[in-house]
Amino acid sequence: MARIPLPTLQSRSHPLSVPATQLSVLAATGVPRFDDVMSSHGREPLESSAIEVLQVNVGKLCNQTCAHCHVDAGPDRREVMTAETAAQVIELLRRHPIPTLDVTGGAPELNPQFRFLAREAAALGRRVIDRCNLSVLLLPAQRDLVPFLVEHRVEVTASLPSFRASGTDAQRGEGIFEKSLEALRLLNAAGYGRGGGLVLNLVHNPVGAFLPGDQGSLERDYRRELSERHGVVFDRLFTITNMPISRFLDHLERTGNLQRYMHLLVEAFNPRAADGVMCRTYLSVGWDGTLYDCDFNQMLAMPTNHGAPQTLGALLATGGALPRRVVTDRHCFGCTAGAGSSCAGAVAE
Amino acid sequence: MSETYYCPHDLPRFGEMGKERPDLWAKFLEYYNSVFADGALTAREKALIAVGVAHAVQCPYCIDAYTQASLQNGADREQLTEAVHVACAIRGGASLVHGVQMRNVADKLGM
Repeated sequence: MARIPLPTLQSRSHPLSVPATQLSVLAATGVPRFDDVMSSHGREPLESSAIEVLQVNVGKLCNQTCAHCHVDAGPDRREVMTAETAAQVIELLRRHPIPTLDVTGGAPELNPQFRFLAREAAALGRRVIDRCNLSVLLLPAQRDLVPFLVEHRVEVTASLPSFRASGTDAQRGEGIFEKSLEALRLLNAAGYGRGGGLVLNLVHNPVGAFLPGDQGSLERDYRRELSERHGVVFDRLFTITNMPISRFLDHLERTGNLQRYMHLLVEAFNPRAADGVMCRTYLSVGWDGTLYDCDFNQMLAMPTNHGAPQTLGALLATGGALPRRVVTDRHCFGCTAGAGSSCAGAVAE
Repeated sequence: MSETYYCPHDLPRFGEMGKERPDLWAKFLEYYNSVFADGALTAREKALIAVGVAHAVQCPYCIDAYTQASLQNGADREQLTEAVHVACAIRGGASLVHGVQMRNVADKLGM
């Protein structure tokens, strides 16, 4: 079912555009505190003891307004990373052997700093991931983007919630499925997704208020359907649970699914998934240089705490952010439900 | 007793069927879980078959559970609707094909 594109929550002055309101709404569902559930399963509070991925959100500007977006990104958003902050990101990579730079947004490619970050991090020998919405590759101003990605061996992790038009368009906007296919063909033609060095992974988010299915099974369906019907190939599929914040929280409220969804997440709490959540090995950087335990905390304005540096500048000055106790709230159940969820897909078999 | 024979709250109580004969329940679950594991058919395809069968046997619990399972495994409304039509066609066809039996009887006894 296609949908009319929604403006961002911020442009509508929607109450849920305020992070504190989102946290209050989640608390009002009556689900327990995350740390209490961890404790009841014999788990210590979440702690980060390594930084394997530096995930940098370069801003909220996007050419799409997807229904489930936890960033509330859109064409009207103006929060974008400056050259000075991007230079601090590279300086951090220079000083610390963090193996992966994961660049997200919004549509990160729309930020002028995207190419600087990708080029410099690749030159330092780091693995660089572009979290790509696919349609951005078709914009006239981005015609040279695919050759750029190829040149710097940037890994593309692209959103495609369904191998069917109805599901993809319902979540991401009318006509996005066809545009996504066109962009995937461009990437395939450039050598992406063919099992070689140019990695193309896809991301599946449920198109509704339920958990994702089995990642391996969905990957088989995606592989067959995309290949046979559309001639598109890719490397791996990642399933990611929709986080009950921002626009997806608005969707849950509007459709009367909030209570059921939150209880579903709590009932599906999986201690093994909690052992592998990404905040244990990620550090998230906001467009303004503020540090977070993950991109979701970033959108809820919950910076790193418990004595850890809270900005890139402070981190560069003090030199360390480990070990770091993770800041949690009820949205964290989104990462620990079922097979678990992270920016690299399921975390527990 | 509930006021209706079918109650949504009864679905999560399915496990109570293991109370008197846990050995049989364990065998059933082991078989059930093996059936729905990824095999030559994917989880999505099996869930869609289950939706069709659920409509044929008219089990509201199964319709609820396997509509959700189908969505979760990447199926959409169009595919779910087609699955229900398959059930409908087979049920209708099954009635109709028995018409041959009717014709056999009528041919034998009639003039």
